[in-house]
Amino acid sequence: MKGKVWDTFEDAVSDIQDGATLIVGGFGLCGIPEKSIEALKNKGTKNLTIVSNNCGVDDWGLGLLLANKQIKKIIASYVGENKIFEQQFLNGKIEVELTPQGTLAERIRAGGAGIPAFYTPTGVGTPIAEGKETRYIDGKEYLLEKAIVGDFALVKAWKADKLGNLVFRKTSRNFNPIAATAGKITIAEVEEIVEIGELDPDEIHTPSIYVQRVVLGKNYEKRIERLTVVSKED
Amino acid sequence: MNARQRIIKRAIKEIKNGMNVNLGIGMPTLLANEIPPNINVLLQSENGLLGIGPYPKEDEVDSDLINAGKETVTVVPGGSFFDSAESFAMIRGGHIDLAILGGMEVSETGDLANWMIPGKMVKGMGGAMDLVAGAKRVVVIMEHVSKHGESKVKKSCTLPLTGKGVVHRLITDLAVFDFTDEGMKLVELADGVTIEEVTKKTEASFNIESSVLLN
Repeated sequence: MKGKVWDTFEDAVSDIQDGATLIVGGFGLCGIPEKSIEALKNKGTKNLTIVSNNCGVDDWGLGLLLANKQIKKIIASYVGENKIFEQQFLNGKIEVELTPQGTLAERIRAGGAGIPAFYTPTGVGTPIAEGKETRYIDGKEYLLEKAIVGDFALVKAWKADKLGNLVFRKTSRNFNPIAATAGKITIAEVEEIVEIGELDPDEIHTPSIYVQRVVLGKNYEKRIERLTVVSKED
Repeated sequence: MNARQRIIKRAIKEIKNGMNVNLGIGMPTLLANEIPPNINVLLQSENGLLGIGPYPKEDEVDSDLINAGKETVTVVPGGSFFDSAESFAMIRGGHIDLAILGGMEVSETGDLANWMIPGKMVKGMGGAMDLVAGAKRVVVIMEHVSKHGESKVKKSCTLPLTGKGVVHRLITDLAVFDFTDEGMKLVELADGVTIEEVTKKTEASFNIESSVLLN
């Protein structure tokens, strides 16, 4: 059996074709697969549909693909940190499906879990309900939301073993574990790869079954969007 | 005290001992620093943290530990991390006792708009639509009147909605309103504010609780 550990990001993303749908982990710039995104930028893949909570900032994360005009459509919940995005959206240059964050998370979770659609109370009576099926259940109105499955998922974890079991760190977990379940091929980039058996089965967040490729990233930038600290006097 | 400080001072009273609370991005986040030490709560951050701690000292900054406003934070003892689906199971599933959110407009029927100005600005709803649909109690804090002098407390919202009939309480720099089966009700006036001033600056129609009339 060929191992799951790939040597380069260039190889790991080489079969992502124009027009592919990618589910990308991260929240803001926290826990984003920064090396896979850079490799995709270098590869120049076009007409991508990106499913991700945010779209990076102007010069980092998914913002790099946006600036490079590689994205055709984005499904996201919040894009307030990205001027290029706002401009492309308001000018109609990019197709956008704004989705409530919890609905987005559940659509991805459902996609990975084989649930084609689900009812949620979120968004009833708002613009996002337009054109969607609704149903009253026990007297309360719900919206039908469809699951999302990606051709690929790009995720960032803290540690992996060589089998593809993943452990995340602090709030960089966010969308990554559910994204991993919903990609037909999931590429996990990590800060450390350990031998099989070195991770305690009880500490594994994402079981290896969801992960097809593991790549070791070096020199993570892990940019901080809003550095906030207490002053020394406090 | 400016308008925002007045709002924050009043809003802090909504946070009760033992609650699990989600504070929205912007002005609501500022409440975290004002919670009195005798009030023990767990603050939830929808990016996957229950138990937000204070901002870190410079040598504690960790880029893997942020709040929903993308600010670096710390975690309190007893805090926990989880993924986004789990986070919104907490929110949608009615496990959050209180959500305090900012607003652009609130209507007399408790509709909230706070995520988009068509043609001008789009930030996205983030977790706000889920929070208003799922939290046990939803409190909106905002300035009563816009920069252009227009009432933000409307008969009906002109901006795209975040949720319909979802607000339990609205706190502005002038007054506090509750949304009840009998309609919108003025329940408190800020210091030095008269019913006449509130009426003049409010487009929505509202009832007045008797205790407010007596003062």
